[in-house]
Amino acid sequence: MKLKRVVVTGLGALTPIGNNIEEYWDGLVNGKSGAAPITHFDAAKFKTRFACEVKNFNVEDFIHRKEARKMDKFTQFAMVVADEAIINSKLDVENVDPDRVGVIWGCGIGGIDTFEQEVVAYALGDGTPKFNPFFIPKMIADIAPGHISMKYGFRGPNFTTVSACASSANAIIDALNYIRLGHADVIVTGGSEASVTGAAMGGFNALHALSQNNENPSMASRPFDKDRDGFVMGEGGGALILEEYEHAVARGAKIYCEVAGGGLSADAYHLTAPHPEGLGATKVMQNCLQNAGLVPEDVDAINMHGTSTPLGDVAELKAVQKVFGEHAYNLNINSTKSMTGHLLGAAGAIEAIASVLAMEHGMVPPTINHTVLDENIDPKLNLTINKAQKRDIKVAMSNTFGFGGHNACVLFKKLEA
Amino acid sequence: MSDIASRVKAIIVDKLGVDENEVTAEASFTNDLGADSLDTVELIMEFEKEFDIQIPDDQAENIGTVGQAVSFIEAAK
Repeated sequence: MKLKRVVVTGLGALTPIGNNIEEYWDGLVNGKSGAAPITHFDAAKFKTRFACEVKNFNVEDFIHRKEARKMDKFTQFAMVVADEAIINSKLDVENVDPDRVGVIWGCGIGGIDTFEQEVVAYALGDGTPKFNPFFIPKMIADIAPGHISMKYGFRGPNFTTVSACASSANAIIDALNYIRLGHADVIVTGGSEASVTGAAMGGFNALHALSQNNENPSMASRPFDKDRDGFVMGEGGGALILEEYEHAVARGAKIYCEVAGGGLSADAYHLTAPHPEGLGATKVMQNCLQNAGLVPEDVDAINMHGTSTPLGDVAELKAVQKVFGEHAYNLNINSTKSMTGHLLGAAGAIEAIASVLAMEHGMVPPTINHTVLDENIDPKLNLTINKAQKRDIKVAMSNTFGFGGHNACVLFKKLEA
Repeated sequence: MSDIASRVKAIIVDKLGVDENEVTAEASFTNDLGADSLDTVELIMEFEKEFDIQIPDDQAENIGTVGQAVSFIEAAK
């Protein structure tokens, strides 16, 4: 069976550095930080009191209040970015075959804010269960693609992928494979997360995963820098329209690029720590290249998982050097998490979008906040430090790794003229 | 309008996102005010909370309109 080709025909983003694709790109190339003191809850007693929140977002600008209040914020984000991507793709939703359009979404946690509110109310009561009937359908991580399908009537494959911080890269890879195999013509994919809440911040703090640079939040996310001390929590969402190539051509769609392949692997090592030699990370990049039919020398740029944790960044760069050898020095390596923070289950989506846009604009967004070199990192690597770099990108890689040791890698390729 | 009726109305406006003038005594939650089965369950729970009463499931099934809700609550208080 000959696999079908899959292309990207639409994008949507709601991020801590921009509330749509145009603003997001503007923030990326200009090295904007999305970090600031937490406003969503009183974090006074928390070890980490800042995060990358989405700013100036009023859900009722997008969704009727009656519908919006039945959705956790992670689903509200999903609806907004899916809308933007569908409009951006110019897909004729009235006339497309609805059975051939799917929604595959990534979400690492789901409606943790809803969960907290309902459980706190129960705990403060007299033991009588007074749970809201929307509690479960607001909280469950699979509900976002359900809502998207109900809004548009898309009846193709529909589910959520959960692999912590790799979730939405898994979603993109599943979408790629379902279209390759002919199960759908179009899939709305991506991911969203809304975990700037007391339980999530407290939980990640307990893991010693978060930066505690409360004095200088905008400098806290500093991947590859010697003084990095953990990741910065982010929230938001990203959506991509993946479409079978002939289907896109037939309707005259703008094609951003081809989704060349996806790689998957596991560290099989530790709950939260990466394999110190980047074993799973090495495997996933190799798998991805093989899946795409490409060789290391084809790749121009890598948007790293690069969360700004002491162990993770070094292990991932070791893996890059193992996979790419001498060619590693020719790569533009960056981590856009330096600007957006870490959107957990939405990271794969917004970073894939960053790769697609970098290709589109011939410009690699910077890794900001780099001041001191880490002696464990090869100084000859081009980490795209602090300033965007012009680069004609033919092939871009995007890495995401999740707690549990899940690794996912996606390759995007310019369409050959 | 009685105090109970106006409080019932406020809950319906808030939860169903409808205009106040649509919330007449005869209005059916599902047929006129756009409620689905989950919305109806939520409304009953909100009435219980607001008026500090219990509405057993078998009786909740008989509350389909705004007027029926007000009558039930008035009787229960």
